[in-house]
Amino acid sequence: MLQTHKISPEQIEREKLYQDMGLSDQEFELIQKILGRLPNFTETGIFSVMWSEHCSYKTSKPLLKKFPTKAPHVLQGPGEGAGIIDIGDNQAVVFKIESHNHPSAVEPYQGAATGVGGIIRDVFSMGARPIALMNSLRFGNLTTDRVKYLFSEVVNGIAGYGNCVGVPTVGGEVQFDDSYEDNPLVNAMCIGLINHDEIQKGIAAGIGNTVLYAGAPTGRDGIHGATFASDDLAEDSDKDRPAVQVGDPFMEKLLIEACLEVIHSDALVGMQDMGAAGLTSSASEMASKAGTGMEMNLDLVPQREQNMNAYELMLSESQERMLMVVKKGREQEIIDVFEKYGLQAVAVGHVVEEKVFRITQHGEVQAEIPVDALAEEAPVYHMPSAEAHYYKEFQAMETEVPTVENHAEMLKQLLQQPTIASKEWVYDQYDSMVQTNTVVTPGSDAAVVRIKGVDKALAITTDCNSRYIYLDPEAGGKIAVAEAARNIVCSGARPLGLTDGLNFGNPTNPEVFWQMEKSVEGMSKACSELGTPVISGNVSLYNQSKGKAIFPTPIVGMVGLHESLAHITPSFFQVAGDLIYVIGEAKEEFGGSELQNVLEGTYSGKAPAIDLQVEARRQMKLLEAIQQGMVESAHDLAEGGLAVALAESVFNVLGLGIDVELDGDLTVQLFSETQSRFLVSVKPENKERFESVMIDAVQIGVVTADEQMVVHSNGHQIIRENVENLRELWKGAIPCLLK
Amino acid sequence: MRFAVVVFPGSNCDRDMYHAVKDVLGEEAELVWYENSNLADYDGILLPGGFSYGDYLRSGAVAATSDVMKQVKEHAAKGKPVLGVCNGFQVLTETGLLPGALMRNEKLSFMCHQEELIVENNQTMFTTGYTKGEVVRFPIAHGEGNYFCDAQTLADLQTNNQIVLTYRNNPNGSVADIAGIINKEGNVLGMMPHPERAVESLLGSDDGLTLFKSLVQNWRESHYVANA
Repeated sequence: MLQTHKISPEQIEREKLYQDMGLSDQEFELIQKILGRLPNFTETGIFSVMWSEHCSYKTSKPLLKKFPTKAPHVLQGPGEGAGIIDIGDNQAVVFKIESHNHPSAVEPYQGAATGVGGIIRDVFSMGARPIALMNSLRFGNLTTDRVKYLFSEVVNGIAGYGNCVGVPTVGGEVQFDDSYEDNPLVNAMCIGLINHDEIQKGIAAGIGNTVLYAGAPTGRDGIHGATFASDDLAEDSDKDRPAVQVGDPFMEKLLIEACLEVIHSDALVGMQDMGAAGLTSSASEMASKAGTGMEMNLDLVPQREQNMNAYELMLSESQERMLMVVKKGREQEIIDVFEKYGLQAVAVGHVVEEKVFRITQHGEVQAEIPVDALAEEAPVYHMPSAEAHYYKEFQAMETEVPTVENHAEMLKQLLQQPTIASKEWVYDQYDSMVQTNTVVTPGSDAAVVRIKGVDKALAITTDCNSRYIYLDPEAGGKIAVAEAARNIVCSGARPLGLTDGLNFGNPTNPEVFWQMEKSVEGMSKACSELGTPVISGNVSLYNQSKGKAIFPTPIVGMVGLHESLAHITPSFFQVAGDLIYVIGEAKEEFGGSELQNVLEGTYSGKAPAIDLQVEARRQMKLLEAIQQGMVESAHDLAEGGLAVALAESVFNVLGLGIDVELDGDLTVQLFSETQSRFLVSVKPENKERFESVMIDAVQIGVVTADEQMVVHSNGHQIIRENVENLRELWKGAIPCLLK
Repeated sequence: MRFAVVVFPGSNCDRDMYHAVKDVLGEEAELVWYENSNLADYDGILLPGGFSYGDYLRSGAVAATSDVMKQVKEHAAKGKPVLGVCNGFQVLTETGLLPGALMRNEKLSFMCHQEELIVENNQTMFTTGYTKGEVVRFPIAHGEGNYFCDAQTLADLQTNNQIVLTYRNNPNGSVADIAGIINKEGNVLGMMPHPERAVESLLGSDDGLTLFKSLVQNWRESHYVANA
């Protein structure tokens, strides 16, 4: 690759070298039309990364348009580094989720670490202080050494970066299924806090203004990372390791402080981080958004390695770099701030009127491209869609209640399923408390982070049950959004909006595209019904290897607002004597359930049904009850159904037990995964008030002080288990699997 | 009482420490950037947690060589209080203000959760508000909190009553369950657990407030006597 400048434009065309960079014949023709000539090697590289799925969303764009993105409280929707939502008092919350799947499959520590670093930069480049991190992880079952290695190193990488940079990792989720065996998913979400008047945008406005490069020097790491992420993971993807970037959280910490200091200077015009496609995307996007052009001299770009050519400099994805546009003549004020933190900030170019992106090196023009061609005019594809071959068969399957011989034994088995088991092994490695705002630490439905100085807090969750989406992408898409909102409401907050991390297989497979299409439709309907607009997001496609795609996994990262700290509600029972209620009835729904996984080792049938109006009404009523102070704890029913939710509710406070009475089919009552259901505890003195608000709540028992989980039915004792024993099984499962 | 919270490149609990003494305790406090600083006007020095210099070389090792640490030594030599928490403790051992060293946790991974601590010595200026043997809850958050010293040093620490806090359930392999130690003179305290994260019950514990209150009260009393 080092002799690239010797490759002539004609050779690129003749030998179709552009195909190696991920461009199709048609795309190469389009480039020629735009330029009116053949592109040289550097230009071909620039087009290939900007037109990669990762940067251009060329196949997902038509679907993303379906998401509701507007609401009066949305200050910034999709399109900038991150979305912004107003939370009153001149404050706003900034957030986005991003995937780092392909890098993490090849080099899990750095892949995960740089995923965290990248999403933090997206947030502070908006001018916001990053206040919390979340993540959503998927791995194969913990049965092979490779999967255990990926899991351990991804967690290690997230911890290594997040802990050092001083942003608490307050929660997240981890699920395990065979479909992720070769394609782990690593989605990281960052949440920032900002004052309205401090919002920055990535724009290169003001002809003649100076382009400043700040942060780490550019090296040869991560070249073509965006292209690598826009193709199937090949069996020999180990050779792609150089396409994985290497992170330096110490540098990032300095960069955060320097950037949050320069936003107070009116010399700063615009700021954007160099993420995917590095210098190329940040520069061309900033110019395109401002309706300007940019000239850049690569001789001025700080370089970590010698003899880097234009192609390498433009495509490098070296980490911890920012691009800024600064008022001409006032560069030094900004440079001084960076120097205080020991960081380089150097002028590398300027804004020009002509809407062109012109790169020079060694006194020669290396690339000259109309800016809009890169950022705005990438081709958009409407891919063919075909219903998944299994869908009709699954829909036609009769609903059967699985046979469970011993409900107590099944509960124990479920508690040890890695998807359900305690994730303490994971989150104990994350600093979840730095910044001293974390009210609800990892392990609850939603994390809660207070805002200092005001009577408010933010609830944050990530969620996605991909099994349901595999069975029925539309219903599953609705459930993903609804369940995230349920988590937020259980914590006592009002859902504000969400960021989506769409992870799918290869979109050129019509069945994969159908999964995308249907799940986005489902999510959009739920967003509209629940009043949660999509304000940012990320698309990761080609998550497949050996022809096998992952389960469709559109992860929802949702943020909610506690209008008072008094509304913060735990997800577990508090004291003996409190009454236990279930909201919503159990139906015979086992498709995609954890019970089905345990009994059959596979998923089939119908996903649970969801009625969004019922969902919205229950959430509204529950939030009302919480805000009126009638609810001691609230937990949503999810994987493993009521039995698992009941057990989880007594794991946090030592000494508690439960005594409940259930009617009807016990397998349905205990393990069905019917949607829109909640487990709530209420003080006896609030019984009548609560029941008058929550008309579909049914009291099933009481919290006891005997450390026993007891379930009765029709006069028989069905389950009687020592809580401490259950807790040990639940806590010990993942450490045991990793041994 | 006037506190300086020293900020090194990579410190990340500096603002938490500032919040604890300034907003919660209501004392005067300033964030003091490590370069071109003057600590002469401060009554107490707080070295916060974090990853100064990215923990490169060894945690605390680079910060220990900085100019500001010379001033901290001078401050300490005058008998004025110095508190180092987490990375601040690592800086204090690297500087030689406290004996021993902090190695990687026995289980090698970073850990973050509430830990129960036992107040072994309530006769220091930082701990008079506690009772001896009292069990308190502070969060820990470290990858290198495994306190080590040789047998002679440990014997000295024990003889001189320099072990201030111990873990009830040793999480990291520290010698003699040590969570925090003080110098012989009794004015430089280093500890891995975070008292500044335990000053509001909303966040799980306010047991750390007593530590700061003890310090302020003792300083006021001695200051009053000195001026009388």
